[in-house]
Amino acid sequence: MKTSLDRHSGGSLLMQSTRTKRRNAAETRFKLYGIAAIAVSLLMLMVLLTTIVSKGLGAYQQTFITLQVELLEKKLDKKGNRNLTDIKKVSTFGYAPLIKASITETVEELGIVTGLKAKQMAGILSKGAAAQLRDYVIANPGRIGDTVQFRFLATSRVDGYLKGRVSRSSIENDKSIAPEHLDLVDSLIEAGLIEKTFNIDFIIGADASDQRPEAAGMGVSILGSLSMVLVVLALALPIGVGASIYLEEFAPKNWVTDVIEVNISNLAAVPSIVFGILGLAVFINYMHLPMSAPLVGGLVLTLMTLPTIIISTRAALSAVPPSIRDAALGVGASPMQTVFHHVLPLAAPGILTGTIIGLAQALGETAPLLLIGMVGFVASNAPDSIASGLLSPNSAMPAQIYEWAKRADPAFYERAWGGIILLLLFLVSMNLVAVILRRRFERRW
Amino acid sequence: MNDMTLTERNVDIKDIKIAASNVQVHYGETHAIKDVNVSIEDKTVTAFIGPSGCGKSTFLRCLNRMNDTIQTCSVKGNILLDGEDIYDKRVDVVQLRAKVGMVFQKPNPFPKSIYDNVAYGPKIHGMARGKSELDEIVEKALRRAAIWEEVKDRLNAPGTGLSGGQQQRLCIARAVATEPEVLLMDEPCSALDPIATAQVEELIDELRQRFSVVIVTHSMQQAARVSQKTAFFHLGSLVEFGETGQIFTNPNDPRTESYITGRIG
Ligand SMILES: Nc1ncnc2c1ncn2[C@@H]1O[C@H](COP(=O)(O)OP(=O)(O)OP(=O)(O)O)[C@@H](O)[C@H]1O
Ligand SMILES: [Mg+2]
Repeated sequence: MKTSLDRHSGGSLLMQSTRTKRRNAAETRFKLYGIAAIAVSLLMLMVLLTTIVSKGLGAYQQTFITLQVELLEKKLDKKGNRNLTDIKKVSTFGYAPLIKASITETVEELGIVTGLKAKQMAGILSKGAAAQLRDYVIANPGRIGDTVQFRFLATSRVDGYLKGRVSRSSIENDKSIAPEHLDLVDSLIEAGLIEKTFNIDFIIGADASDQRPEAAGMGVSILGSLSMVLVVLALALPIGVGASIYLEEFAPKNWVTDVIEVNISNLAAVPSIVFGILGLAVFINYMHLPMSAPLVGGLVLTLMTLPTIIISTRAALSAVPPSIRDAALGVGASPMQTVFHHVLPLAAPGILTGTIIGLAQALGETAPLLLIGMVGFVASNAPDSIASGLLSPNSAMPAQIYEWAKRADPAFYERAWGGIILLLLFLVSMNLVAVILRRRFERRW
Repeated sequence: MNDMTLTERNVDIKDIKIAASNVQVHYGETHAIKDVNVSIEDKTVTAFIGPSGCGKSTFLRCLNRMNDTIQTCSVKGNILLDGEDIYDKRVDVVQLRAKVGMVFQKPNPFPKSIYDNVAYGPKIHGMARGKSELDEIVEKALRRAAIWEEVKDRLNAPGTGLSGGQQQRLCIARAVATEPEVLLMDEPCSALDPIATAQVEELIDELRQRFSVVIVTHSMQQAARVSQKTAFFHLGSLVEFGETGQIFTNPNDPRTESYITGRIG
């Protein structure tokens, strides 16, 4: 044993030298740092996601009150000839008594004892209830005189009561609701007339006024965001890819292109609000494009997205091995054929990823949109609001969320969180598309 | 170098295919080629030999203007292909490169199918009038590059999936498919095993019937085996140019002698 140790002056391989021990310890420590960093970031992510989900899920459920309303002919169509122009003359004030009557009758039928007057009882319904009734009558004038069952939105206070946000102690100073209302709600819940269900209108509906948080939805701002993203895609992708191809493959390398390159890199770091004020000055004040329109929003976001797309496209292009270009040029392909037949297909996955990241960035951007007024309040629901197109005032998802978070009523706050969930879903699905496209393009070889 | 017994070569007077005179190449400040004069004959294999960094590749790339793609590179002097100056302003490099094909040191097949690799050149030059004609061209090129038997059953497999030697032969097939008049080969066998090398050398000998071939090589044996003319470069200058037999048996310049006997390089 001794002799064999002596023969190897470096010591036995079975024993670690102090140097090796120190090095191994350092490596173990480094790995632990890494694991700790990942654990911390995962924890943060979990906290973020659980907060968003727990605060926002409520927005997808809404409290509805089911009532039988008698559509009295003498109130709605005095002449009795079902003439639409006459029926339309009856304003929502004309419908309010019908609702009052309906709720009083229901309460009496169920034998609920309440100290509230008929008018006060109607306070558990959304302020939009009369309008909902009117829309129905105008759409179905034939039903006048019948008794029809309606599901009315409850006010945000009642909704909050069912969701646990509002309690008897929290409404002490609240003028719009009293403990008696909550007693009435309790009785109606027992009777099965009040229920909390999934509310599709939050996803497809339009924003509502300050008084009616229960009716506000993201639908219109989703459309606004989508049309903006389309504008960005249609402009930023061809311009960005074209510019990158020129800079990377054709432009001479001299100080002019160096200056351009430095500027593009710097533009990517310019705060988005700067692009917003630029858009305000150029597109709205100088070119007189309409305020708050998705077209203008899209233009501003295009400016903001271009550097991202150019930088990632150039990176993707320069990652294509030069030997491929040599090969193509060597068999007599022109520079353009070389780029379009060989370089671009190889760079496509990288370009796609960059583009989709740029689009996702554009989708989530708020500041420049606020500057050009992309918080247009659109009160019409989906079919009408699509038709209004790129040039009429619209909102965007993040701007809508900001708008809600700003409003006083805590019911809007819940909707802001709900909107964030939708926004995140959109971003995640865009990234998913990026991953899938990348896979598909890469799998070719 | 006993195996370099040179067989008698029938050296007829041939047409000059490429005549280069007073060629100077600079990479920025680096003077890579210094006043080189060389004539490349038609239907002849010309070998460029010399120590690493002496400018063989640089000079080769001048002959089909591949150096145009390098920003810092400037070429001065005259290079005539069939009596026409290839650096003339009116010359379109695309046409030039269709006439002067190139095989690179590192195999660089396109990341496409074997078929598409070979068919690409004929396609962009409009050499085939239909699918069947293209098929013929592809098969002929692959046969000439001595790779047909290995790939005929998987023409749709990616060219990048072949072995290094097969890839190089595929690149040769790609270069000959466009029927060039001159074929430039930059160390085509450096990635090949002896058997594939022998095949490529056989191929070069065959190509000589129709094209003129210029080959850069570090293997003196290879130069002696395949070429009729040899040019020896040293530090950017053409030291000696002549019959291969004469260069290897009876060089005029002492530098050539020391290189081929292994003292420089
Ligand atoms: N793209 C380039 N930019 C600047 N200098 C270059 C470039 N390519 C080659 N050179 C220089 O030109 C000289 C000749 O290079 P070249 O590649 O022609 O040598 P070579 O004889 O082919 O060498 P090897 O046998 O190692 O391939 C070298 O000094 C090299 O450093
Ligand atoms: Mg070389």
